[in-house]
Amino acid sequence: MLVILCPHCGPRNSDEFSFQGEIVARPGPASDQETWRDYLYMRDNVAGWQTERWFHVSGCRRFLNVERHTVTNEIGVVTPVGGVQ
Amino acid sequence: MNQKARFSAWGLFKRGLTRSHWPRVWDHHELRDSYDVVIVGGGVHGLATAYYLARNHGITNVAVVEKSYIGSGGSGRNTAIVRSNYLTPEGSKFYDRSVELYEHLAADLNFNVMFEQRGHMTLAHSDSSLRTMRWRAEVNKLQGIDSSVIGPEEIKSLAPFLDTSDHPRYPILGALWHPPGGIVRHDAVVWGYARAAAALGVHIHQGTELTGIEVESGRVAVAQTSRGDIATSTIVNCTAGWASLVAKMAGVRLPIITRPLQAAVTEPVRQFLHPVVVSGSLHTYVSQTARGELVFGASVDPFASYSTRGSLEFATGLATHVLELMPAISKMRMLRQWAGLCDMTPDFGPIIGPTPVDGFYVDVGWGTYGFKAGPVAGESVAEMVANGRPGSLIEPFGLERFHAGTLTAEKGAAAVGH
Ligand SMILES: Cc1cc2nc3c(=O)[nH]c(=O)nc-3n(C[C@H](O)[C@H](O)[C@H](O)COP(=O)(O)OP(=O)(O)OC[C@H]3O[C@@H](n4cnc5c(N)ncnc54)[C@H](O)[C@@H]3O)c2cc1C
Ligand SMILES: [Zn+2]
Repeated sequence: MLVILCPHCGPRNSDEFSFQGEIVARPGPASDQETWRDYLYMRDNVAGWQTERWFHVSGCRRFLNVERHTVTNEIGVVTPVGGVQ
Repeated sequence: MNQKARFSAWGLFKRGLTRSHWPRVWDHHELRDSYDVVIVGGGVHGLATAYYLARNHGITNVAVVEKSYIGSGGSGRNTAIVRSNYLTPEGSKFYDRSVELYEHLAADLNFNVMFEQRGHMTLAHSDSSLRTMRWRAEVNKLQGIDSSVIGPEEIKSLAPFLDTSDHPRYPILGALWHPPGGIVRHDAVVWGYARAAAALGVHIHQGTELTGIEVESGRVAVAQTSRGDIATSTIVNCTAGWASLVAKMAGVRLPIITRPLQAAVTEPVRQFLHPVVVSGSLHTYVSQTARGELVFGASVDPFASYSTRGSLEFATGLATHVLELMPAISKMRMLRQWAGLCDMTPDFGPIIGPTPVDGFYVDVGWGTYGFKAGPVAGESVAEMVANGRPGSLIEPFGLERFHAGTLTAEKGAAAVGH
């Protein structure tokens, strides 16, 4: 079990969270089809450090940005989305 | 195929008596500095593609480059379920061709792949899943696939150890029953294709990693490997869980996320479970091998990863779910668990076809369900490489569907029941 250091709740088992995937920047509303396609479906799927989004379902119910190494599953810095509230 | 190396009952008897050595199954070769086709990945997809290129199209100047040993990826780690009762017409037609090829594969390859059509049963624990089963059965019947909905009594007679009483939390209301489905010996399929392809002149390079792809004016030019460069005009990406990394070498992005999938096996016991039994609601499935072990699987791990480490959560969750289905096996011991990497797509359909780079083809996105597709994908990809365009069976599965918005909708039949 991975342990994620939630900035709001402290260290918690990863099964309290739901994994939302790598962070992809949302395009502006006027963007073309190609850009939207990339946003919706295309992923880098890196083997290495990645910044991804997790949701603390059984805790504070806030979204977090989590740095994780996708080969070793080591977890790096965890930050609240949109800065500390 | 070389007559001397043919496997037969007589050959086995003779070698038993004379104690002579078996010939090597395939030979080691020096890496040539050019090949007509370079296939990346020595799993069932890469090896089957090589075999059908050589056998059906006479293209034999082919290299399969595998960074580790053949079958080291998903092809040596799966739970070997073969079936064709998918949800969409294009899906069921495609997988049905694979079942057909599996039925003759042992004779084709002169290698016993132990395909056992034990029947495949998907349980429904709620009215809504019963409705999905009915839908799948009707779609399947239109394609001429043997598939129907059966009730608890018939389920009990086919699999007496299932708890069909009305007290469990997940009562068994019915099931989708697919007699041609079953299990195969996955290693034998991999070795059978490798041996047959090698006999036709294909070079299989184990311990050879693709490290880069040189593209010249929009066309594939060079495959760079850990053992040297290969000049080639055609590269086929058959690397499943690693597909995004290989595609990136050609500058191609894919709609794929790599996720681990775990499985487990018990000690062997006497035969008591004939069909393959799947429960989508309980995220589990079970079959009994010819050797007597129960093989269990589940759905993918809860987060993306390239790690193949098993987890305790998987083992405990699995045990809970399996005992809900078959309380009688509570004393059986689990021997091993393991994980493999799955290349998940957003619509649970594979991605087979050309890419924006000329000569760079993909046969990926096989997720948790691609072993059964090895033969038909190999046959279709070989045909596409030989003709330069995809045939009708694989047309719905091209990369451009994510652009055109014509996604396949296979989740209902592929998410748990691999
Ligand atoms: C636990 C588990 C259970 C499953 N159960 C089923 C099932 O019951 N039925 C079913 O149909 N499917 C099942 N699957 C899915 C199935 O195993 C895969 O879809 C299938 O094996 C994919 O085959 P492949 O040949 O495309 O890839 P793989 O067998 O994964 O082969 C890819 C190969 O590419 C090699 N490679 C990667 N990168 C490079 C590189 N840069 N250079 C050279 N080589 C490289 C890897 O070493 C690997 O050997 C299961 C998977 C798992 C993990
Ligand atoms: Zn929290």
